[in-house]
Amino acid sequence: MNVAGPNSVSSGEAGWLLVRRDLRLALRRPGEWLQPLMFFFVVTTLFPLSTDPQLSRLRDIAPGALWVAALLSCLLALELLFREDGQDGTLEQLAVSGLSLSWLLLAKCCVHWLLTGLPLVLAAPLVATALGAPYAAIPGILAALLLGSIALSLIGAVGAGLTLGLRRGGALLALLVLPLAVPVLIFGARATALAIALEPTSAPMYMLGAIVVLSATLAPLGAAAAVRISLE
Amino acid sequence: MMEWLYMGGYWRYVWPCYLLTAAAIGLNIYLARRSFAAAVREARRRVGASRSGS
Amino acid sequence: MSWAWLHRYASPPLFFRIAGRVIPWVSWLAAITGAAGLIGGLGLAPPDYQQGEGYRIIFVHVPAAVLSTMAYGVMAGAAGMGLIWRMNVAHAVAASCASVGAWFTVLALTTGSLWGRPMWGTYWEWDPRLTSELVLLFLYLGYMGLRSAIDDTARADRASAVLVLVGVINLPIIHYSVDWWNSLHQGHTLLKFGKASMPPSMLVPLLLMMLAFLLYFAAIMLTRARGEVLRRERNARWISEAIGALAT
Repeated sequence: MNVAGPNSVSSGEAGWLLVRRDLRLALRRPGEWLQPLMFFFVVTTLFPLSTDPQLSRLRDIAPGALWVAALLSCLLALELLFREDGQDGTLEQLAVSGLSLSWLLLAKCCVHWLLTGLPLVLAAPLVATALGAPYAAIPGILAALLLGSIALSLIGAVGAGLTLGLRRGGALLALLVLPLAVPVLIFGARATALAIALEPTSAPMYMLGAIVVLSATLAPLGAAAAVRISLE
Repeated sequence: MMEWLYMGGYWRYVWPCYLLTAAAIGLNIYLARRSFAAAVREARRRVGASRSGS
Repeated sequence: MSWAWLHRYASPPLFFRIAGRVIPWVSWLAAITGAAGLIGGLGLAPPDYQQGEGYRIIFVHVPAAVLSTMAYGVMAGAAGMGLIWRMNVAHAVAASCASVGAWFTVLALTTGSLWGRPMWGTYWEWDPRLTSELVLLFLYLGYMGLRSAIDDTARADRASAVLVLVGVINLPIIHYSVDWWNSLHQGHTLLKFGKASMPPSMLVPLLLMMLAFLLYFAAIMLTRARGEVLRRERNARWISEAIGALAT
């Protein structure tokens, strides 16, 4: 597969280099990557304001509020995934590099999740507590959001690849990705609700895990196909 | 006959369903034919243009 | 296994010609089976012992739901073939399924909600099948939105093919998750008609209506696909003969 030459690298090394490059680029512009997190805070603040703010009442809507907000902020973050690299031709270079594009895109997804998914997970205890979740529920909520946000980043990557370079890309991306995210939402919100009720969360958690495994296997292939088509 | 149309009191739900189905069937026939006719018209225009051009 | 026959039928002029011959037959068959199903369903079938005459909505609701799901399956199969073998005819077929599929999804939703009013007391209940149908509608809308956003037909074909394949992998998961979600919060469900418990006087009209809807879908899809083939083969020589042979 690889073109032999003095500078040839394996796909694995290239993936690692890509991770470091993307991280370094992102750290130069922290504002852009913090926006989805800010959005998450703002949206979860809107829920108490739109209803009865007693903590006992908020507890009922907390799973829904957390997950809808997480879904929307992941969606917002998806536009950042390929935009820059699509515009400056980096993606084209990756596509013609002879390395496995799906592997490289998986590396990009990892960075993207580290920058936008992980902050959501880390912010979740704060938001969940503010929405009336008991402290004992925090580990369950963290685990559910951890798995869910990984799955959303992966599924979203296919949508982001398909809408690469299109006008009106943002609204279309939402229309493409949100229906596909329904299972993640259902199992994630259910796991959160069970955690808040201090009940065992294993059933939805297994399903979330299965979705993560399935999307980690198939989504990079789909995203690579989508990116190649969009670059043609 | 009236009894049949009355549908045991369910006429308000049964007949709209059948009317909507008829409408959907008609609409899709119309849309499909229109799409095909548009493609034929476009192809004719193209063939005509290439003939007069050569 | 040889795929030569597939490529032969996938030749655009042959497809155009054969589809043109098949469409009238399929349409007439659809009309006849549909008429028979209507007579059986609205006339001959006895009222249901629980739902009275109200259950007669089943003869349009279930076939519409079946058509909407099957159209997505056909679209995915054709899209996959188009993507793997780079067949324009397969892409044309895939592109021809979305609009009919979406309209019949809407029909299944509206007839389902009209059925729900007498049975549940409300027009909308978060019933698992209706909810899955609603998500299916969103999948169709996404497909059509993506196609309309891309001007170049070849790119639209391939991009929407990837989307529909992702969707078809997701569809069973969505269906399962919605079922699971509903079983937790279950209020009422649509009274279930077990296939075994359904008397033949109801089952036969239902199957006839399903067959009629599927034949109808085939006729609509082939009509649209002929047009899509013409659009994709704009500069081919056979086009001038083919459209010359069409009666105006």
